[in-house]
Amino acid sequence: MPTDRLSVVLKAMAAADGGSSGSPIDRVCVAAVTLLSLSGAGLSLMVDGELRGTAGVSDPGIAVVQELQLTLGEGPCVDAWTSRAQVLEADLADPAVVRWPVFAQAGVDAGVLAVFAFPLALGAIRIGVLVLYRDRSGELSADELAYSLVLADVATHMVLGLQAGTPPGELHELLAKEPSHWAEIHQATGMVSVQLGVSLDEAFVRLRAHAFAESLPLRAVAREIVMRRLRLTETA
Amino acid sequence: METFVELADTMVEDFDVVEFLHRLSERCVELLDCAEAGLLLADAAGVLRVMASSSERSDALDLLQSQNEEGPCFECYRRGVPVFSEDLTADTDRWPTFAPTAVRMGFRSVHAIPMRVRDETVGALNLFRAVAGRLVEQDMPLGQGMADIAAIALLQERTLRQAHGVVGQLQGALTSRVIIEQAKGVLAERAHIGVDAAFARMRTHARAHNLRLSNVARELIDGHLDAASLSDPALGASTPKR
Repeated sequence: MPTDRLSVVLKAMAAADGGSSGSPIDRVCVAAVTLLSLSGAGLSLMVDGELRGTAGVSDPGIAVVQELQLTLGEGPCVDAWTSRAQVLEADLADPAVVRWPVFAQAGVDAGVLAVFAFPLALGAIRIGVLVLYRDRSGELSADELAYSLVLADVATHMVLGLQAGTPPGELHELLAKEPSHWAEIHQATGMVSVQLGVSLDEAFVRLRAHAFAESLPLRAVAREIVMRRLRLTETA
Repeated sequence: METFVELADTMVEDFDVVEFLHRLSERCVELLDCAEAGLLLADAAGVLRVMASSSERSDALDLLQSQNEEGPCFECYRRGVPVFSEDLTADTDRWPTFAPTAVRMGFRSVHAIPMRVRDETVGALNLFRAVAGRLVEQDMPLGQGMADIAAIALLQERTLRQAHGVVGQLQGALTSRVIIEQAKGVLAERAHIGVDAAFARMRTHARAHNLRLSNVARELIDGHLDAASLSDPALGASTPKR
């Protein structure tokens, strides 16, 4: 019964109140973790298939995994957005899972063994993706899948509801939950574009390529660039 | 049942509610024992407006009802219950304007079914028949189903329209935020300063020229705004003269 699931979700959200989770979007993520015995949940807002911000996370640890998808340019968020459907990866450690080789490895390293992503959609409208993380492999049950869809639905309305009263050009403050390095990645992109005389898109690709080549997290490379301890060269 | 599926499919993408209601009225004619069908909806002031009709003929009759506040549809909307006339020629006292006109146009009987959203009646579906008598029993649930679908479609359209506005605004804000960070980096590199100092200059420039920060950021990135024209706020050179 959908109404029963909705009331269970709303109760779990109410119970999630307190602690550091002041944002209703964080509370949706915490409720997801409680209801579906997850290791974490995160919600990314997207524009034209690109991650544009993290609106909510169940805990700061999972924010790093969620943000990994921005730095890697691959992962369940992009796939769920593009396919307009849920993306269910029940075993990230399975070598047959080649969908996102780098993300899968990084996920496993961070203790994530299964990942389930749900587009936040309303009719033809898409605003982002809710990602559920588990530290054990295995499919979601039919009941868990149904709860996930209700959670994504609630999250969609929460995001739109929060943003509805915000002045044009501004993002509601409760929808900006990305880790501190988020800004540095975009700042570094701007700096690299001037240093190399390339477009911002190209600069971001170079940044990502450098991080990959050096086996460093993108946020670490970005920080070095912003602190002017690293300067990418033409051949990087 | 197929009609419901087909109609439901069209309710997802590129949803045009007027087109949808027109198709719905055409389907009523195909599926129900009626010659024409029309949909009237109450506007914000509670006045019935013609939304869709299967033909010009029923359109004219619906218009007549909304103008004269008389007729089965009007009664159905006011009372929130189905209203019918088995023989319009016998109901000229009941509806002095509507009944003779309908008969003149070739109709003998009419059914009006309320369109309800939760407990509120928002309009009515009119089924016009060329013969006298009542709609057959098994057609009644289907007729009510059609009226319910029309009501759901209207609700969905309202939600989607509101959401579209917020989504555009949300996407603009998300993009602006990234552009502002990128512009900090661009200016920091061009002016050989730190990103915090770059942000302070952008903000001062935006304030002094009454511009949005995101516009200043875009101009910096596009190269329309020179790094040199954004001076150090500590020097106060950017402050407009009074």
